[in-house]
Amino acid sequence: MTAISNHRFVPNDPPRLVATPPLLRAQGLVKHYGRITAVQDVSLEVYPGEVLGVVGESGSGKSSVLRLLNLEEPADAGTYTLELPGWQGQNLLRLERFQQREVQILHIGIVYQNPHLGLRMRYTSSGNVAERLLITGERRYSTLRAAARASLATSEFPLDRMDDPPRILSGGMQQRVQLARAIALRPRLLLLDEPTTGLDVSVQAMVLDTLKRLQRELHLAIVIVSHDLGVIRTLADRVIVMRHGRVVETGLTDQVLEDPQDAYTQQLVHAKL
Amino acid sequence: MSHSTLAALATPRADYSYAFLDAFARRELRRRTLKAIAIPGYQVPYASRELPIARGWGTGGLQVSLALVGPQSVVKVIDQGADDSVNAANLRRFITRMSGAATTTDALQATILQSRHRIPEEILREYQTLVLQVPDPEPLRAVQSDSSRAHQMHADADYGQMWLVLYEQLVRYRQYLQGASYPSLVNGRYVISPSPIPRWDTPKLHQAAHLTLLAAGREKRLYAVPPYTDVYPLEFTDVPFQVEDQRDWRCRHTGVQHKFMNELPLADGSAGYELSDSGYQQKITAGTAPGATYYDDQGNFYHDGYLKPPVRPE
Ligand SMILES: Nc1ncnc2c1ncn2[C@@H]1O[C@H](COP(=O)(O)OP(=O)(O)OP(=O)(O)O)[C@@H](O)[C@H]1O
Ligand SMILES: [Mg+2]
Repeated sequence: MTAISNHRFVPNDPPRLVATPPLLRAQGLVKHYGRITAVQDVSLEVYPGEVLGVVGESGSGKSSVLRLLNLEEPADAGTYTLELPGWQGQNLLRLERFQQREVQILHIGIVYQNPHLGLRMRYTSSGNVAERLLITGERRYSTLRAAARASLATSEFPLDRMDDPPRILSGGMQQRVQLARAIALRPRLLLLDEPTTGLDVSVQAMVLDTLKRLQRELHLAIVIVSHDLGVIRTLADRVIVMRHGRVVETGLTDQVLEDPQDAYTQQLVHAKL
Repeated sequence: MSHSTLAALATPRADYSYAFLDAFARRELRRRTLKAIAIPGYQVPYASRELPIARGWGTGGLQVSLALVGPQSVVKVIDQGADDSVNAANLRRFITRMSGAATTTDALQATILQSRHRIPEEILREYQTLVLQVPDPEPLRAVQSDSSRAHQMHADADYGQMWLVLYEQLVRYRQYLQGASYPSLVNGRYVISPSPIPRWDTPKLHQAAHLTLLAAGREKRLYAVPPYTDVYPLEFTDVPFQVEDQRDWRCRHTGVQHKFMNELPLADGSAGYELSDSGYQQKITAGTAPGATYYDDQGNFYHDGYLKPPVRPE
């Protein structure tokens, strides 16, 4: 288990949920890789400021769902909408590539378990963050420096290392660079794929603290994938449980983890206890 | 019994072939060239023909020149500024022998200027076409080795990584490092590699009166900067692009300053300088008045405000 003990139950505030539409709404997502069905009829919703946990065994399709939500790969079926100005009600999966890119860059941030997927290891850390602004057309060097510094500070990265390449940084610092890069343009949606797996326990605890703080301050909607039920317990308001590409159970984090209904979830929870 | 020779039986070559290229090759090259002019900075693929010189020795430029040349043309060929290098002399002889065109070393007399690594110092005019030889047309090569991916990036105007390279240079060295082939944005749309001309020459492409065609023989791509088109080197708004600083350099033959110079090691171990543009030097030596130049005698560029004073970022 993790060293996180300051677990705080965040009740879903019913009036808010009724008043605000979900930021993210995905229905009937399907993804095949050749003969493998990685994602089969997955539906999920995430409200602004809410954290949705995704758990499930290895190969259950968690990362595949995240890649679909990040518009990284074409889906085989399904609808996916984000409640963003200008994009309401549009199935993002059916947009042109350049439109998808615009949504992805401006409104979605992602952190991968493997920093090699999310970072340019040989460029400076600040450059990794500044690149997000460069893509949107920022052309003042001093603005880029300031923005990179601000995002890195927000993700609690030590600023005296900001011009070091991620290649020579520790795992925890690399994840903070990824995080700074993900939030550089203040997205509404943050996708986290095992962001703390592989970090040692105390570093993991600190990164989780940062994530919680960010989530509160930036009012982000977060989808976090993790094997580690402790991480999910610490961060997530709600959980979906996946197996063989399908959602087998969904509910409030405490409900699902304390009183699982599905036989597979029971196994999963007990295995972790 | 008739005495027909082989030559008499053959169709005269001029009927279907002129300036080495057959009519099909010429038509294809001209169509590609027109397309390149219509989409400034866009790299147009073309079927690069075999020529009696090796790929990598200016075959791209040569094909474009051969497709343009006519018997009335006046051709100048430049290699690193010089008209008299073996390579330039070879290309010039080949073009004129195949086409009957005249040759010159005077930049302003020429209707077609084929050049490797330089743009002349004298301001080219509307009646002129500059053909630049390009070894590698892809400005994204350094950041994206997959050429079909690079093609997609051009389509999306996805140049973030090119800017990132400049950002990295400023962080590490507090100045832009790229010397020749400085990446430049054409007509606000496509980033090009302007062939390995020095930074000194890059601004000359901006709002130029002449047509510039750039062609790579090995890579089989050609692209264009049409007359009066915007060309801007990639630069951050608060850290301006700089040309080579040769302010204190003086040509040892002519005493001229503020033109692009070659550095020469002298016998006494010191460095001497001479004009890189040999046609320009010839005019001055002969006492002929040269035409107006892109940089005046104080080193000011002819488009006011285009080049800005240096800034050293924090
Ligand atoms: N690019 C791909 N090509 C082929 N098959 C793939 C690809 N990506 C994923 N898969 C397959 O899809 C299924 C789901 O994989 P996915 O990576 O989404 O699982 P996961 O739940 O994230 O697993 P883990 O917990 O191990 O990260 C697996 O069977 C996997 O082998
Ligand atoms: Mg995974």
